[in-house]
Amino acid sequence: MKRGSKGTKSSLTKEKKGAGESVAQLLFTLCASCTILAVVAITVYLVGNGTPALFEAGIKEILFGTQWKPTAAQPEFGIFYVILTSLVGTIMAVILGVPIGVLTGIFMAEAANRKVSAMVKPAIELLAGIPSVIYGLLGVMILNPLMYKLELAVFKDSATHQFTGGANLLSAVLVLAIMILPTVINMSETAIRAVDPKLKSASMALGASHMETIFYVVVPAAKSGIIAGVVLGIGRALGEAMAITLVSGSSVNLPLPFNSVRFLTTAIVSEMGYASDLHRKVLFTIGLILFVFIMLINLFLERVVKRRGME
Amino acid sequence: MRKKLNGIIGILAAAALTAGALMGCGGNQAASGQAADVSRADQAEESRTDRSESMKLEGTITMAGSTSMEKLANAAAESFMEEYPSVMVTAEFTGSSAGIEAVLANTVDIGNSSRNLKDSEKEAGAVENIVAIDGIAVVVDSANTVTGLTRQQLIDIYTGKVKNWSEVGGEDSVIIVVGREAGSGTRGAFEELLEIEDGCKYANELDSTGAVMAKVASTPGAVGYVSLDVINDSVKALSLEGVEPTEENIKAGAYFLSRPFVMATAGAIEEQSEAVQAFFSWLSSERGQEVVKAVGLITVD
Repeated sequence: MKRGSKGTKSSLTKEKKGAGESVAQLLFTLCASCTILAVVAITVYLVGNGTPALFEAGIKEILFGTQWKPTAAQPEFGIFYVILTSLVGTIMAVILGVPIGVLTGIFMAEAANRKVSAMVKPAIELLAGIPSVIYGLLGVMILNPLMYKLELAVFKDSATHQFTGGANLLSAVLVLAIMILPTVINMSETAIRAVDPKLKSASMALGASHMETIFYVVVPAAKSGIIAGVVLGIGRALGEAMAITLVSGSSVNLPLPFNSVRFLTTAIVSEMGYASDLHRKVLFTIGLILFVFIMLINLFLERVVKRRGME
Repeated sequence: MRKKLNGIIGILAAAALTAGALMGCGGNQAASGQAADVSRADQAEESRTDRSESMKLEGTITMAGSTSMEKLANAAAESFMEEYPSVMVTAEFTGSSAGIEAVLANTVDIGNSSRNLKDSEKEAGAVENIVAIDGIAVVVDSANTVTGLTRQQLIDIYTGKVKNWSEVGGEDSVIIVVGREAGSGTRGAFEELLEIEDGCKYANELDSTGAVMAKVASTPGAVGYVSLDVINDSVKALSLEGVEPTEENIKAGAYFLSRPFVMATAGAIEEQSEAVQAFFSWLSSERGQEVVKAVGLITVD
């Protein structure tokens, strides 16, 4: 094949080759502009649909209001608790998931022998490929009943706690923590494998043990790659809707571990069906806020990657 | 392809035949096939004559009113227009009172209302045509020992005043309050009928009937509300004020968690335009009643 294509190439006149080049160039440009067009379209659409409600219902009332009563006679569209839930939920998921993910990444790159690696690697890939709704279903069937038992034990004598039957922030966080694992593991493993072996040899030669080398030399050297993985994980957790809408209870509450909570994503999913007028516009505003969050994360990621490039 | 098709027809025909007739398969097959063709042609002709009558009718029907009746109004309008292609049915959803106001002001032909008409509205000339009844069942998990609640108990549970089943005559078990998301018609009707609009404290706000059923069925101590037509054995429907949630009780007006769907007209139906009259007679015909049932409502006799 290779030889054949070379042959035809050499038989082409310079002019023809130029035409082929420009066609290919055009094709690439077209493909690239499709992506850009999509991003621009989404941005324009979200800003266009998301901002009117901010002025109609009031920026302060939406962003810092704590009452979500979109269909009341006097509707209130406060999504402060919803924003807070998304932030707290994501942070908790990262606190739980990242140490496990990074350590697994180190293990895969440095410590695992072939046999173990051959078992763990496909498992991680499978974890990444499972549709998010499956995580949600498992959460409903396994996690929620367990959480319900825990809830009954913890709040046995509480007169004020509203029992949720296990659908709470904690369930959602556990599901999210598992869902970000593959991203974090893969990114850390790649980053660690990319560390210059000379660094490792030098460390070993200086008398450091294998573990000391890993934690004092390899991991710091792979720092920016690992951070990139964590940031991607944050993005995944923040944007996840399907899995957590099934396990979080979906009532608007302060994000305490055993409260039924609503995330930015699930707020849109659960009410888009029947929402109308201002209610619908506010849901678009929630989408815009989510979009802004994801943008900020991407900007941060870009900086991290750039810094790595400079190193 | 054709052989396969013949084969399938053969199988179907054979299944319809008696065991004895199986012997002469070929001949009988052809005969029954012909018979089927003939009856189909009859049907087609019948509907064609139906059609020609319904084709002739021209006009417009405008509706306005209850948002809860959106499903029914749209489904009825679509099916009606299929049979009466020259009649244009449009529906707006502005709220029950606004709908009745509009029909009294003669800006629309039909005012949709998901409540009985008030005396003042009737005096002004609105006629109450009840076309369907919406019933809501309160469900608990099947292990719950509570079999019925009073209206006040139900209100207390949903507003968070009562948090344990022992307070309403059940076992010592916490209550998990399950409901629908804001904007849902079932939630709107439930809260409206109990007069606790936006006063409910939900522990779970789920976005579909199926999700409510699944949550209640799988969570000990859970209570939820769903449209009456989806009740099955996985949950237990409670009687309210001692009345079982059955179609008969709802039609008799004994079960309070139900409401009529009214299509009000200014003056009796007979005084309306031909198109509107045709719409009402179609709605009470077999096909119309099917539509009513298909959107989960109870038909009225």
